[in-house]
Amino acid sequence: MTIPTTGLTVPADSGQETAGTTPQLRASVLRTLLRDPVAAACLAYIVLVLMMAAFAPLIVKVSGWDPYEFDQSAIDANMGGIPLGGFSGSHWLGVEPGTGRDIFARIVYGARASMLIAISATVLTTLLGVVFGLLAGYFGGRTDMVISRVMEFLMAFPALIFMIAVLSALPADDRQYLLVVVISVFGWPYLARIVRGQTMSLKQREFVEAAVASGASRSTVVFTEILPNLRSTILVMVTLAVPGYIGTEAGLSFLGVGVVPPTPSWGQMIASSVNWYSVVPLYFVVPGTFLALLVLSFMVLGDRVRSVVDPKGRS
Amino acid sequence: MASTETPDPWGAAQAAPAGLETGSQPSPDSDPILEVNGLVKHFPLRQGIVIKRQVGAVQAVDGVNLQVYPGETIGVVGESGCGKSTLARLLIGLETPTGGSIQLTGREMVGSSGAKLKAMRRDVQMIFQDPYTSLNPRMTVGDIIAEPLEIHPDVVPKNKRTERVRELMSLVGLAPEHIDRYAHQFSGGQRQRIGIARGLALNPKLLICDEPVSALDVSVQAQVINLLQDLQNRLGISLIFIAHDLSVVRHISHRVAVMYLGRIVELGEKEQVYNNPQHPYTKALLSAVPNPDPSQRGKGNQIVLEGDPPSPANPPSGCRFRTRCWKAQSVCAEVDPALEVTSSGAQAACHFPGETPSRPGVAA
Repeated sequence: MTIPTTGLTVPADSGQETAGTTPQLRASVLRTLLRDPVAAACLAYIVLVLMMAAFAPLIVKVSGWDPYEFDQSAIDANMGGIPLGGFSGSHWLGVEPGTGRDIFARIVYGARASMLIAISATVLTTLLGVVFGLLAGYFGGRTDMVISRVMEFLMAFPALIFMIAVLSALPADDRQYLLVVVISVFGWPYLARIVRGQTMSLKQREFVEAAVASGASRSTVVFTEILPNLRSTILVMVTLAVPGYIGTEAGLSFLGVGVVPPTPSWGQMIASSVNWYSVVPLYFVVPGTFLALLVLSFMVLGDRVRSVVDPKGRS
Repeated sequence: MASTETPDPWGAAQAAPAGLETGSQPSPDSDPILEVNGLVKHFPLRQGIVIKRQVGAVQAVDGVNLQVYPGETIGVVGESGCGKSTLARLLIGLETPTGGSIQLTGREMVGSSGAKLKAMRRDVQMIFQDPYTSLNPRMTVGDIIAEPLEIHPDVVPKNKRTERVRELMSLVGLAPEHIDRYAHQFSGGQRQRIGIARGLALNPKLLICDEPVSALDVSVQAQVINLLQDLQNRLGISLIFIAHDLSVVRHISHRVAVMYLGRIVELGEKEQVYNNPQHPYTKALLSAVPNPDPSQRGKGNQIVLEGDPPSPANPPSGCRFRTRCWKAQSVCAEVDPALEVTSSGAQAACHFPGETPSRPGVAA
């Protein structure tokens, strides 16, 4: 390739090759999301569930029934405990067959367990996954080897069996904290593996070398050059992790090793509804709908958030 | 029309147009900004699965001596894999040399670390080859150009930084109002201008350009090269310009260094090297440049080297070029030629520099 001699007369400051789009303002992510009706609906539902979880005692006072309170008048004892009515003024979402406990109150309190466990587990896995992924990817060599072997071990491990075994063997008093720890220990390698791979490729990019050549310290390189480029990856993984962990918690509660009764949880409610599904389908539908909508909302919202924060996705 | 007798295809047709020669002349009398002595970089080759042992080394850069004076441009040319980019990475401190010394305005860079190295890095900045990967896609242009200023906070006070970034943007021909745009919103040439602005942010004394135009379109190449020349005239910085495009190097450089297998084989003023090449490798390299005159093409004055370049992991004894050289004698295999001043005034590392004996089979 040679430059033609005639081309050399191009003046040096004729540099406006193209006029780009209008200057872009860093619009608030939230504002952009709220303009999107689907994202706004998802966000509204998530906020609703979060509020339910946060203000559970207050809400229960308004609805009038405690989640642990048995209402024998709402069930037909002669028919094996079938509820006498569905949705009603006193029991907004009906009552549990057999015991007569208020379903609405149990859903509100169950949101507490689900959200608390899912969000804490997500925070913990994200922290572990990002830190170990960055360490392995950035430093490489022996650090990478040790971390990678640990990740492979954890991913190959039959996690569900281990969880059931550990959770049923250990005392049930601190089950909630234990659930978070166990889910996180087996969850972080999935994020760490992706973060590690991306860090390794980002480390080789010239903009990272440019920062190193300018004299940037290791922490500057990691936190200002590499981490921002991992943002959308982490965000996607996190938004997929939250519904995943809600599902895991529900699943473990369903299997009887999650949240301990009488503390309500959505998974546990679905588990106990299995015996009644042909007689009282409502008992199955209510917690199932809440759970499915929550998982769906997180997934859709995650997708929308990603398209907003990724500058390449913006036009 | 160039005559058929012209041994050098670089005759009148390729002479740089008048008026575009660099205005500021290098001052070889003053102390060099950069002095490189016996610079060596060997990449170890390891074998084994658990216990890795060294079985050899790729001699990417092997004994390079170079001086760069204030305000001059040194062009470094050579084929792929000859160590040009490794040399640049050594000079910028991205690689640690195996041996030798790099003195930057009298301060030794090899072996220094921490605050001392950081202070030295202010004086040498680099422009990268690919403007698509050298800019962080998550940062705005303003953040990219301001980054070196953040790393060296004492250069420009915090409240003056935006002003400085705008000033740099207009200096390289970008509209300062585009400060909040992202890099992907610019064209290749504009992105390279952003890279140049970042390189200039710290007022460096030496700018290393590692193939800064090879990823760009030909018309944009000329703009970027002229911008670099213009900036050199205005700011008086020195440039090390690495390229494999000989005509680009000829246009921008004051002096030219030709590299082969990790060594400089010829070093001299641009006219000396281009008009009267002393080293047979330089001669072959220059003869391979396409002739702009179609009637001259295929007239047989091109030197075709035999074979491939030897592996840098196992270079030949003596002169490294001897395996492909038509002048090679027994002495070439035994004695490694030193870089010495030849009749043209340029330095060449050859036992038989100059014209004779000409290669048999090459038409005059």
